[in-house]
Amino acid sequence: MISPMTAPISEQLPINWFSFTLLSPLIGGLLLAFTRQAEKAFSINVIFSAATFLGSIGLALDVLQVGAHEALNGFFFVDAYNVFLVSLTSFVALTTAIYSGPYMRFEWRERGLPNHRLRLYHAMYQLFIFGMLLGFTTNNIGLMWIALELATLATVLLVSLYRTPASIAAAWKYFMLAGMGIALALFGTILIFFTSSTIFGHSNAALTWTMLYAHASELQPTVMIMAFAFLMIGYGTKIGLVPMHTWLPDAHGEGPTPVSAVLSGLLLNLALYDLVRFKMLVDLSTGSDTAGHVMIFFGTLSLLVAALSLHKQHDIKRMFSFSSIEHMGLMTIAFGIGTPLACYAGLLHMTVHSLVKSGIFFTVGHAAQAMGSQQMDRIRGLIRHHPGIGWGLLIGTAAIAGFPPFGVFTSEFLLFSATLDSYPWLIAPLLTGLLIAFAGLFRFVQPMVYGEVAEHAITVKANMVPIYVHFTLALWLGLSIPAFLSGWYKQAAALIAGG
Amino acid sequence: MKQTLTLWLLNLLQASLMLLVAPLLAGIVRKFKARLQNRRGASLLQPYQDLRKLFSKESLFADNSSWIFRTAPVVIFTATLLAASIVPIIVVDLPSAMIADVIAMTALLALARFWIALAAMDIGTAFGGMGASREMTFSALAEPAMLMGVFVMSLGAHSTNLSTMVHFALNLHHLHPSVAFALAALLMVSVAENGRIPIDNPTTHLELTMIHEAMILEYSGRHLALIEWAAQIKLLLFASLIISLFAPWGIAETIGLLPILIALGCWFAKIILLAAAVAMLESALAKIRLFEVPNYLFTAFVLAFLGMLVHYILEVGVQ
Amino acid sequence: MNQLMFIQEAISIAASLMLLISFALLAQHRLLSVLHWFSAQGIVLAITTLLVALISDHDELYFSAAMTLLLKGALLPWLLWRIIMKMHIHREVEPMVNMPVTMMIALGLVLVSFHIALPIEAISDLATHNTLAIATATVFLGMLMMITRKKAVTQVIGFLSIENALFFTAIGATHGMPMIVEIGVAFDVLIAAIIFGLFFTQMRSTFDSLDIEEIEAKAKRR
Repeated sequence: MISPMTAPISEQLPINWFSFTLLSPLIGGLLLAFTRQAEKAFSINVIFSAATFLGSIGLALDVLQVGAHEALNGFFFVDAYNVFLVSLTSFVALTTAIYSGPYMRFEWRERGLPNHRLRLYHAMYQLFIFGMLLGFTTNNIGLMWIALELATLATVLLVSLYRTPASIAAAWKYFMLAGMGIALALFGTILIFFTSSTIFGHSNAALTWTMLYAHASELQPTVMIMAFAFLMIGYGTKIGLVPMHTWLPDAHGEGPTPVSAVLSGLLLNLALYDLVRFKMLVDLSTGSDTAGHVMIFFGTLSLLVAALSLHKQHDIKRMFSFSSIEHMGLMTIAFGIGTPLACYAGLLHMTVHSLVKSGIFFTVGHAAQAMGSQQMDRIRGLIRHHPGIGWGLLIGTAAIAGFPPFGVFTSEFLLFSATLDSYPWLIAPLLTGLLIAFAGLFRFVQPMVYGEVAEHAITVKANMVPIYVHFTLALWLGLSIPAFLSGWYKQAAALIAGG
Repeated sequence: MKQTLTLWLLNLLQASLMLLVAPLLAGIVRKFKARLQNRRGASLLQPYQDLRKLFSKESLFADNSSWIFRTAPVVIFTATLLAASIVPIIVVDLPSAMIADVIAMTALLALARFWIALAAMDIGTAFGGMGASREMTFSALAEPAMLMGVFVMSLGAHSTNLSTMVHFALNLHHLHPSVAFALAALLMVSVAENGRIPIDNPTTHLELTMIHEAMILEYSGRHLALIEWAAQIKLLLFASLIISLFAPWGIAETIGLLPILIALGCWFAKIILLAAAVAMLESALAKIRLFEVPNYLFTAFVLAFLGMLVHYILEVGVQ
Repeated sequence: MNQLMFIQEAISIAASLMLLISFALLAQHRLLSVLHWFSAQGIVLAITTLLVALISDHDELYFSAAMTLLLKGALLPWLLWRIIMKMHIHREVEPMVNMPVTMMIALGLVLVSFHIALPIEAISDLATHNTLAIATATVFLGMLMMITRKKAVTQVIGFLSIENALFFTAIGATHGMPMIVEIGVAFDVLIAAIIFGLFFTQMRSTFDSLDIEEIEAKAKRR
């Protein structure tokens, strides 16, 4: 492996890693758009995802070595906050690509997904990854918006992949709501440009993140608060916060399972990342906690509503998508509280939630294929039918519900301590929400994994490796957090907390 | 003292002008319409002859009619004429303008409307009640729209006095988008208030659609003549109001024979133009269905309201 | 100086036209008249851009004005018109039982946006700053249109009119965003438009309808 340590000029290599990480999914997507043989496409998808992951590792090593820096004329930058998200994204993208091979092969062979749709799926998958990475690394808040929109449009096409009535209706709803949310976010961005252009003049500098951050105290507080209101609703729609969440369960329920996994595990993270970036700016500009309070409000609302809605579901993917809303609510609360400890908890939670939730969707996908339905009352006796899938679902549910040895427990515990320090009264709704969600998860999962096998079950070739990898990592993060990761979290938390 | 007397005389002149010209306006509109339909049409003076004919005929009353039915035409006629005398058409700053503003004018028109509805229900025929209920429903929408439209102008003039508003309109140096909104709203309301096409048709007695005609179905003779005349004055009133607020050029700001003659000529020319426009509109449009009328009036209200908002957003913020 | 004053007033008039068109879009129930108003919005937007270009020193705004006229005044309406004609839905009328309620909400939204924009407008020294409240209102009204309409085509026009309103905001409040962002946004809108077209044909062949309520009902039944 090429080691960046041998590089004589530290400036030279980051650019290469940048270009490498960003170009890999773009080229991969183009290539896959023209790959006609399905079997080849499966491996190309994995290869390019692996290359992207490699690039992000290189990028991460750079940051570990050099620290935060800019690249490509200051249009991109990495710091402790976004580099770990880049690695996380490319890692989950890689495992999802590995998982999606057998899964999509099943859909293609057994369920008659046409060849050209498979091509669309692969091309859009890579384009989505490109949008994600662009969104995380760009230094320009305008480009950030464009990247999120790009990732959204790619997932709209992915959600409607099966072209069933329900999937088209779901994709349309997703498209419309996301379109409205994204419009509000652009409006907020324009407002920020409105005040920043009085400092930097009419140029890209007025949209550049690092410049804005350095001059945040000169930005007009009234405008910034107003802009944050729009950004909160806009990006909040993409995070899936209540009451703008209605697209999310439909989109998760109707798309192919790998898409549900990356939607929950990645896209929601990008939207939250963007929102937190703006929160940092607004906090510095206004010198008050207003933005944080707004986030706590929406986070708590999402937590409670999602936990209650979880009980009313019949579709297993919709049920777990409500769990995603609940966890995004938790993270929003964590960043809203905004102390270094709370931000640390939020970042850790982001990581473990991405790992565990995508792992759960992997097992759910196989379970649904085995039982021929996503309806929970038709899924019975998974452990007897296919122990791997059954235990996977049970362990994943235990992990996401916050059982002790897993990382979710650690992050929730940290969040509770942070809440006790700053907003003790918030403990009550937090605990209530988590308990309700806990009850809902086990109420549905228990009959699905135990008991007699349903008669309509068929055998599927399950790819359990990505699932085990995800859960093992989540377990590891629960037992002990590696020093370099902990260091990043601390740095990023200090950055977000405005240290 | 002499000055005041002249002003009052002028005011009286102006009011009697309204009174006398009103049937002529109806005649002009009818003539234009006839020409547009390739007919020769009746003489311009036909409305006067109609009125004379009605005045010489006997008035018949239903047995169960009360004093309300008998007094209504007089009240309606007087209220409308008083309202008309408030509008400055030739000279501004007349005594009546000092006494009563645009709100008073609207109130007088509302009074007339109230009495006509009351009289329509007095006898208890089906048509009268139906017409009255329709009239009141629509007026609930038309009046706010009209007031809002006039208010946009008074916001600019900082006064509800019609003479002050005319001064303001004469001295507009900037382009005011809000004025355009107000004009559109007032035009729409005027059409509805006078029962013209596309809202109502003054020449038809079709039970399904009529509003104003349904209410006065039981009147005859000189009572009918008074009501008809009041309706003609009302048409002239709205025409003059729109002219004075949005195109007051030529109106006399000082007292003198020449300015007054010029103002008279200008006013008359503009009235004829407006009559032509009304005739063209009525020939081109079809009557809209009755249940669409609230939507129509609501649109007028929205336009007027938008005018007010635009005034605050674009015109106050700047200065 | 006199010319500057005149252009500013012309921009004010364009702004009030934008507001009027937003209301007109909300009040129409025939598909084709909605489309006509949408096209008119694109043209007013192009004129506004041209006017701003005349008083600011950003030459790229001339280019923007031309592009706006071409794309939003002509191309997009034409594409939508073709879809409408192809699918024989030009006679379709959208049932709107609560037009007055919609209008009252719309008027309320204008008041709200006026309230929001007032403190922001005060701090700008750009000649066009007083259009910000109207720009905000047009964004909200586009959203209202998207929410209250049930036909896919009208929802799309609502979406595109929000896009127009955002462009108007950028032009009015800041004399346009930097070029790279403008191009990126335009690119996104173009992709979105392509996806719309895809969805239309898909919906048409799967459901034989472009009515979202019907489609959702059918999706539930299956």
